[in-house]
Amino acid sequence: MQVTMTVNDVEVTREIEARLLLVHFLRDVLGLTGTHWGCDTSNCGTCVVWLDGEPVKSCTVLAAMAGGHQVRTVEGLAKGAELDPVQQGFMQCHGLQCGFCTPGMMMTARALLDRNPDPSETEIREAISGQICRCTGYATIVRSVRWAAVAEAQAAAQVTETTESSEAGEIDNAGQPAEAVA
Amino acid sequence: MQVPAPFEYERATSVDHAISLLERLGGTARLIAGGHSLLPMMKLRLANFDYLIDINDLHGELGYVEAGPDEVRIGALTRHRELLESPVLAAAFPIFADAERVIADPVVRNRGTLGGSLCQADPSEDLSAVCTTLDARCVIRGPGGAERVVSMEDFHVGPYETAVADDEILVEIRLPVRPGCGSAYAKVERRAGDWAVVSAGAAVWLDGGAIVDARVGLAAVGPNTTGIPAISAALRGQEPSESLYEQAGAIAADSCDPVTDQRGSADYKRHLAAELTRRTLRRAVERARS
Repeated sequence: MQVTMTVNDVEVTREIEARLLLVHFLRDVLGLTGTHWGCDTSNCGTCVVWLDGEPVKSCTVLAAMAGGHQVRTVEGLAKGAELDPVQQGFMQCHGLQCGFCTPGMMMTARALLDRNPDPSETEIREAISGQICRCTGYATIVRSVRWAAVAEAQAAAQVTETTESSEAGEIDNAGQPAEAVA
Repeated sequence: MQVPAPFEYERATSVDHAISLLERLGGTARLIAGGHSLLPMMKLRLANFDYLIDINDLHGELGYVEAGPDEVRIGALTRHRELLESPVLAAAFPIFADAERVIADPVVRNRGTLGGSLCQADPSEDLSAVCTTLDARCVIRGPGGAERVVSMEDFHVGPYETAVADDEILVEIRLPVRPGCGSAYAKVERRAGDWAVVSAGAAVWLDGGAIVDARVGLAAVGPNTTGIPAISAALRGQEPSESLYEQAGAIAADSCDPVTDQRGSADYKRHLAAELTRRTLRRAVERARS
């Protein structure tokens, strides 16, 4: 069957088997290997991509079901050469060790921040509760997402020319969000 | 790599279109909504179909939570996340948010649906216990637009088996609204997002401080879609009290039929059925009073 969808703002049309899963379509047909393929049972969350802006586990979505819809993968997170603040946060706070869970973690984190720009540690842990870090590096992942939240708040404050940046004190890691974003 | 056996993919453009496809394709076809129960079973070849009919485009038609004077009506394609965030359900039946917070995980909840959960008819599934607790009615539509309404008891024919025929589709869940209602849900799981070791839901209806009616729905302890009439009978007309919750818990433990498996022994599950019944009844009464 033929399927047409928009992946990272580019429309793609391919001939596929109906049983092809979205994760394999992205990796094997389109060559977008940033999305990882893990447990195959919707437990680990490394295959998380966005379907119409909502995080989904692409090992449990048929490519055919994404037809006519918008898909965004980790390759579509950066804006040109500028990394998304979530990606910067993962760099600054050692949010990845082996990197296997990272693409799914970052897609979920970005979606969380889009809905809730100032999530608590508990809210971040809840958001990523369907995703497994096999290095067990959750503390630094949570810190990375907080870094991105603070960085975005500071960037927004700079744009509106307010000098209020009381949250900067939360950052006790290497890196200074305001400079990194500026 | 886990891959389903080959099948043909069709996309329904309306409920009537889905039914006409089902009429033509019969038992060789299956509806797919969120797919988070069906696709894993197809990957393991526990389920095999010649056709999958994708009904996700019907979300506009079947995705809603609407409050009426006598009942809350929920479209079968309403997703877990929408149930969790629904202000209508938060006000009328907080049991839904209690349950949704412990169903799978936020990403899975973006896809899974109420109708899909009920039609999967897994004895450990939480929303079936919620709907049993609230004495839900299931609206099933068939060829020619004919609709029939069945209770949860009649809806669940057995594990993984429902009253929905090959050419029918579950379109709506109706929850009767009665005054003085409080409801709650509690689940014991081995790790976040897992299936229940045991779950319990409770709903009470109070009038002037006395219990007018009460229902309890359990998950993962055998077939359980009756609301446990013995508990209703024991609680009706009584003032809420710890000893009453104790009595209801004992009835719940006696009424269920757990099996020993990797999630726990039958004795432990019976203990949980009693304890969770007590806790949810206590919470439901608090909520009915507030």
